[in-house]
Amino acid sequence: MPQTSLSTFDSAGFESFVASRPQPDWLLALRREAWQHAETMQWPERRHEEWIRTDIRTFQIQKYPAPVETDATSAVDVLAKMESIHQLRDGVDLAGSIETFDSHLVNESIDESLVAKGVVFGSLERIAAEHPDLVREYLYTAFDPDYDKFAALHAAFWSGGQFLYVPRGVVIDRPLHIGSVMSDGGSDTSHTLIVLDEGAEATVLHECNSVTTDAKGVHLGAIEVIQKPGSHLRYVNLQEWGHKSFNFGHQRATIGRDSTLQWTIAAMGSMLTKVNQTVELTGAGANSQVNGVMFTEGRQHLAYHTQQHHRAVNCHSDFLYKAAQQDQSRTVWRGMIKVDEEAQKTDGYQRNDNLVLSASARADSIPGLEIEADDVRCTHGSTTAKVDEEQIFYARCRGFTRKEATRMIVSGFFQQIFDRITIDSVREALGAAIARQVREYE
Amino acid sequence: MTHTLKIEDLHVAVGDKPILRGVNLTIHHGETHALMGPNGSGKSTLGMAIMGHPGYEVTGGSITLDGEDVLAMGPDERARHGIFMAFQRPMAIPGVKLADFLRHATTNVRRPERKEGEELIPMREFRKELKDNMAHLRMDVEFARRYVNDGFSGGEMKRAEILQLAMLQPKFAVLDETDSGLDADAVRLASESIADIGHQKMGLLIITHHDKLLEHNPPEFTHVMLGGKIVETGGKELAEELHRQGYDRVRKSHPQADAVNQEMLAEEATV
Repeated sequence: MPQTSLSTFDSAGFESFVASRPQPDWLLALRREAWQHAETMQWPERRHEEWIRTDIRTFQIQKYPAPVETDATSAVDVLAKMESIHQLRDGVDLAGSIETFDSHLVNESIDESLVAKGVVFGSLERIAAEHPDLVREYLYTAFDPDYDKFAALHAAFWSGGQFLYVPRGVVIDRPLHIGSVMSDGGSDTSHTLIVLDEGAEATVLHECNSVTTDAKGVHLGAIEVIQKPGSHLRYVNLQEWGHKSFNFGHQRATIGRDSTLQWTIAAMGSMLTKVNQTVELTGAGANSQVNGVMFTEGRQHLAYHTQQHHRAVNCHSDFLYKAAQQDQSRTVWRGMIKVDEEAQKTDGYQRNDNLVLSASARADSIPGLEIEADDVRCTHGSTTAKVDEEQIFYARCRGFTRKEATRMIVSGFFQQIFDRITIDSVREALGAAIARQVREYE
Repeated sequence: MTHTLKIEDLHVAVGDKPILRGVNLTIHHGETHALMGPNGSGKSTLGMAIMGHPGYEVTGGSITLDGEDVLAMGPDERARHGIFMAFQRPMAIPGVKLADFLRHATTNVRRPERKEGEELIPMREFRKELKDNMAHLRMDVEFARRYVNDGFSGGEMKRAEILQLAMLQPKFAVLDETDSGLDADAVRLASESIADIGHQKMGLLIITHHDKLLEHNPPEFTHVMLGGKIVETGGKELAEELHRQGYDRVRKSHPQADAVNQEMLAEEATV
């Protein structure tokens, strides 16, 4: 890494950041406000309920460059490698794609026939300037820039990003792909905004990688999904940031009447992750299924805080997180089903299963319910198990090596999630990502 | 060339407790051996030691297959050398379909030199063979889509073990109470299937309490284990005698082994 005097996430860095890019005044005003808030806010401490299990004292934001400018040569190199870095697009006929490097746009495309139907897909930063009214209407309607210091920093510094708008009744039958790559020691501040108008349908495959498996870096990200009545979204996130990176994310979907959201999250990367994932069911009959996979190794620490917030009648939410931990790694899953008083006939389900693969790995599982309506069905459960030596012996007696046996048992553990994924490339990429990470146990 | 599995003066301990105290047994390919004996005598321990269970420590003696040292092999290498055991209590592997499990197992056993990640046997070929074997065992093909032993009844588990025996075609197979926990019809079906698949085609070591299995698979040799040793070896008629009259005569003829057996049973009960 060349040591130059890069701008970082401080006042000077913020000024050079906003000076480095043209943007509409309203957006600049939002950024300045967010920066003011970020400056006054404290870093979360372990005494805060959400951070009891997640220690960020080793995180020093001034070590990372603000997304002021990018090293153009390495961006070109990365672009050439994009094909091999990304997996979700393998063999998939795509309707469009966006590639970013350190959250700078390097490539974007969208099928012309969709543009003709009014679909808008591409860099959020570019579209915010070109279609300010469209972006302004939805930006920060699902994401709260004042939630915590990470959210405020993100709102001040988000860069590049992705925007999808699918107009009323338009069905995109091929997946759209979003690929984010981060340099070693770099930063990614992508903001993803997805809006499906009434009756619209889309599939988005979104994956995040670093240039190498053990790269450093920081992701300060946010995802906003807004679904109007009767819309249907399948959304897949594969998180494979480098294993020395920090990953902080706020991810929130609000889904309207009779809409469906299938959201699959696979988290394999980063050294430390803290993500808040919320689905807000705001219209009667909305239905969301969230599938989460976490697979950790080394000293990785992945914390996912999920919330399924029922705000209307007759909604259904089904969250299943499955996590396997190796070495000295740790996962934290904290789930909450929140049911408002008016959300009668809610059907809510949450479950977290853990497979602990080594004696020094750890899984924390904290399910929770907050129910104010009286006619609901909410169930939750969590299990934690170890790989059974007897299972391994049995498989070895059938000719499996220990590694093959472990790999099979681990993928068997995740099978329930695979069974719920309807996109072949996603199942394959996930299977391959899990297989790569299974190590030799002796 | 006929294959030979040879066990000589085998001593096995679990933790610090000796279980097997000098077992000698030679099985030639094509022979059927019955291994009988009262509870706690060490029959299942012998099976586990033959397969190489890490919890069963061999403290003395040897096991060889055609002169090759079996004890130096891991359980998977033993399987790839043609040694098989039908488990008394097979393990469940949730999320793994029996068909996928068997395709991988069959590939590894048939191509012992296969490296991890190399191609499995072709799907079409495998499916046909699996279907044929299942039809033969009167098993519903849907069964192969279920997860390995997950939620299987006792009878289903045993039949799944026999299916694996049929697919893997080992040189030597230990059948550890493959007839236990089954009703009369199921025992007959299992016995006929084993006879069909293995009798005179493999070296069989049948651990059993019942006579049905041996009726269909008449043993050339019957061994009686007591106190961690084989105390008597005879022909088919010895198995018949034990079925009719139990182990009293054997216990009386071998008071020292019987005392050890009682002691081992008592210790097992306190665990």
